[in-house]
Amino acid sequence: MSGRPIIEVRGLRTAFGSHVVHDGLDLEIRRGEVLGIVGGSGSGKSVLFHTILGLITPERGEIFFDGKPMLRMSKAERTRLERRWGVLFQGSALFSALTVRENICAPIREHVDMPQALMNEIADLKLGLAGLGLEAADKYPSELSGGMRKRAGLARALALDPDILFLDEPTAGLDPISAAAFDALLAEIAPTLGITVVMITHDLDTLHAACDRVAAIADKRIVAVDTLERLAQHEHPWIRSYFGGPRGRAVLRG
Amino acid sequence: MTQSAADPARPAGLATREADGKLVLEPSGDWLLETIAKMDRPLREIAASTPADRMVIDLSGIGRIDTSGAYMLGRGLRGASDQDADQHYTGDHPTARRLIAEVHQRCKVAEPQEEAPGGYGLHRLMERIGAGVEDFASEAWDTFAFFGRTLSTLAASLLNPSRLRLTPTIYLMETVGINALPIIATLSFFIGAVVAFMGANLLETFGAAVFTVELVGIAVLREFGVLITAIMLAGRSDSAFTASIGSMKMQQEIDAMKVIGLDPYEVLVIPRVIACVVMAPLLTLAAMLAGLFGGCLVAWATLDISPNFFIARLQSTIDWTHFLVGMSKAPVFGLIIAIIGCRQGMKVGGDVESLGARTTASVVQAIFAVIVVDALFAMMYLELDI
Repeated sequence: MSGRPIIEVRGLRTAFGSHVVHDGLDLEIRRGEVLGIVGGSGSGKSVLFHTILGLITPERGEIFFDGKPMLRMSKAERTRLERRWGVLFQGSALFSALTVRENICAPIREHVDMPQALMNEIADLKLGLAGLGLEAADKYPSELSGGMRKRAGLARALALDPDILFLDEPTAGLDPISAAAFDALLAEIAPTLGITVVMITHDLDTLHAACDRVAAIADKRIVAVDTLERLAQHEHPWIRSYFGGPRGRAVLRG
Repeated sequence: MTQSAADPARPAGLATREADGKLVLEPSGDWLLETIAKMDRPLREIAASTPADRMVIDLSGIGRIDTSGAYMLGRGLRGASDQDADQHYTGDHPTARRLIAEVHQRCKVAEPQEEAPGGYGLHRLMERIGAGVEDFASEAWDTFAFFGRTLSTLAASLLNPSRLRLTPTIYLMETVGINALPIIATLSFFIGAVVAFMGANLLETFGAAVFTVELVGIAVLREFGVLITAIMLAGRSDSAFTASIGSMKMQQEIDAMKVIGLDPYEVLVIPRVIACVVMAPLLTLAAMLAGLFGGCLVAWATLDISPNFFIARLQSTIDWTHFLVGMSKAPVFGLIIAIIGCRQGMKVGGDVESLGARTTASVVQAIFAVIVVDALFAMMYLELDI
């Protein structure tokens, strides 16, 4: 493992018209860590995510993946890079016309040449890794519950054995038991598979259970990145009120 | 191990040797998703010929390995009494052993199943025809039910006009009517021109070119004006109704309305019905004028029939009934289009696929219904001698 961060964001500025979302945002994501991103509603967490993923082009700034500038990459380089990450979107974003198994096969089919039977086996394996039973494999996304959809989305994100996994609010809308199971799953598979995980979450329990470091977005930039315990001591007013509330105190105490 | 994940993968290899009555598998190279496809068959053959308890995996030759590779390697051990026991492994690898164990633990992989065989060709064909007929009948039945429900809601709204939603109705009139005006007028202009061209060509051979005026007048007033309008409304507004109501359905907005105590028929369907019924005749009038104008220009250019003469002849030879026949159909077509568009929107299910399918069905049904009803009108007016 090299000490070089897997993703480095430098001086990012994103704006929609006159509305500036990020200004001078810096972030380093270390190899193998589980990084949580917190921030108030509308503070630009998802925008940061989408910018790193290349869905939004920033006005200024650089994003390096493994030291390579992502914004100046050729198409081929970019495709190679996309092969190395998995994304779980907020609403799971499963393809509704495909069954869960076909959803998982979709990225495999795109990037790897292998017989269908083996692809199905691999898909079932990913389902198992994401904690879903085989009975879900032949169902369509609309037939699944919210929690199962999240897991199916995770299975698809894991399909190519990514180096880095992006999760947008993975536990939002799950009941506490499912959310806890998701945290446990993440804490277990991330080190085993050697994956770097970046996740946006509002779930303080998830931050506590799964994240190595937590980054807080406020005032259009990352104001602090640290372990949860140390971050909670930070003097920035937003962080203070975030962790100072009854929920924050309860988690830190536990 | 010093390899980074960005480097291209080395191909996976597999050798076997016998030792102490056991079969030792010696995988080499990188066992990754993109490299393992070739290893599928040899590993299956080994698993079929060797009992799992006799199998040993030598991990030391493996380069990189991911979950798919771990799954492939560990697959042969699934039949063993204890698949993660030390006796099955030899050699060292930083992650392989842990990965294989993890994969074993988490995944129960089903054997690939054979596709269930379908019926015979003719049988399947009949089945599909039957399903199609049943589907057609139930769609027709449902459309009439929706029509009835809409009429009763409309009657209730008219009895109590404060329940009519004026603002959305006016807004819809603008999008359905005024915004469609340019395209409908343009299309109708060209249709009128084409009819005049064909008539001029054909009638000139009989020396009856002057009857082009009657041809254009009757064709545009009776049929084309209203049909062009209806078909454009079906393509433009009916699909928009289905898509917008359908996406509201998907976002649970319709459910929210019901819970709040708003009647979705009253809020969504009635304004659209009123907008279509009111705007269709006005658009038809515009279409008729544009069509006559097109015919008039062509007649002027090719037959030297001056606009003055064209209009005078129109007035003297074309009866008002032709105009009224055309206009009488417009509100009916508007009603059909609004009803079909709204009904299909309400039928959208939870997934994106059904939105597309419903929008397609909506446009197809609307145009189909318009043409069938137009034929019925033609027969009716024929019987009535109008």
